[in-house]
Amino acid sequence: MDDWTESTPGIPVMDLAELVACHDCDLLQRRRPLRHGERARCTRCGAGLYKEQHDSLDKTLALTLAGVILFVVANVFPFMSFSLEGRVQECRILSGVMALVADGKWVIAAVVGLASFIAPLLNLLLLLYVLLPLKFDTAPWKLPASYRVIEILGPWSMLEVYLLGAIVAVVKLSGMADIGLGFGFHAFAGLIIVTTAAGAVFDPRLVWNRLARVT
Amino acid sequence: MSRAGLTAADAGLVACHACGLVMPAGSAHDGCRRCRAPVHQRKPDSLQRTTALVLAAATLYIPANVFPIMTVVSFGKGQSDTILSGVVAFIDAGMYPLAMLVLFASIIVPMLKLVGLTFLLISVHRRSRWRPRDRTVLYRVVEYVGRWSMIDVFVISLLAALVQLGSIATIVPGIGATSFAAVVVITMFAAASFDPRLIWDVMEEES
Repeated sequence: MDDWTESTPGIPVMDLAELVACHDCDLLQRRRPLRHGERARCTRCGAGLYKEQHDSLDKTLALTLAGVILFVVANVFPFMSFSLEGRVQECRILSGVMALVADGKWVIAAVVGLASFIAPLLNLLLLLYVLLPLKFDTAPWKLPASYRVIEILGPWSMLEVYLLGAIVAVVKLSGMADIGLGFGFHAFAGLIIVTTAAGAVFDPRLVWNRLARVT
Repeated sequence: MSRAGLTAADAGLVACHACGLVMPAGSAHDGCRRCRAPVHQRKPDSLQRTTALVLAAATLYIPANVFPIMTVVSFGKGQSDTILSGVVAFIDAGMYPLAMLVLFASIIVPMLKLVGLTFLLISVHRRSRWRPRDRTVLYRVVEYVGRWSMIDVFVISLLAALVQLGSIATIVPGIGATSFAAVVVITMFAAASFDPRLIWDVMEEES
């Protein structure tokens, strides 16, 4: 807690922790307590500023754990199968990346691998790494750096886009051969539901509030 | 000035991108004191970086649309598909919803991103005071919608993995696919390097 003493004319001296600056238009606003499920928006440009969730830590942890399990299941079991004239070809989520690498298409392989595997997996694991110790009132090693990696990876995790791509691929091939959806496909759909829900209930402020309390 | 309110920059404060902490600008040289992320009043060289990335993406947009994104080789015969011919094939097959989806994700979204970012860059460069709120919303749309153009790249990777039946049928990704993936990635970086607060900075000045 520190006082903002370099007071600017017209602005009363106030505690900096009460202030929030809009990330889209830089307008300074005073934080107000919200009710469960509410979201504060910038009064000038309408950007979402912060939200309030009861038991955010417990809910996010539960959903993230479920996400890790579903991620493993989705990648271990076959995602889709393709059968044509008696020959059956099965694929997993990473098979696409491996086929591209085998073909020497490194750029697409890297993009697909990052968006469908590396970013979502690291996101889940780092979220667990940050939240699990905080749940038991200790701070994990390098928490700030780990949290920043989560923030950076966020936009590159494209599970829901991948699912839509898979549906397009199924329809494209359905005229040519028999396409089957594997167990991995259903786990993958579950993974998307769980990670989207985790994103919705996760309140990043809890990380810093807890960290301040335990250190 | 027409509007009551004070920005963090006016108040000599700066907010951390990563954790949102507001701190005096003078105390932020070594990064955010809470999460240690680098702190900037505005994203560094935002206009130059965004302009360079938009130009690069616009250039790659041409091979992405001209060259085939994949070739289906079946019984020795090869058939190449470009992004547009993929959409046309869905229309010919009567699969209109899917044609709309691919048209939207692969053609409209990348165009919208390039045109939208160019418009934002020009308006900030010309110190426009026109509808800042709507321009900020446009920025948020451009930033959010970009990921959806990856659909075609994922379709190609799945087809390449599934259709490997030797001489019966094989699918090979083409240069168009590499260019298209590059367009998507570069426009995502372009959107991330643009700072929407620049739209508002001109509003603080006396006209």
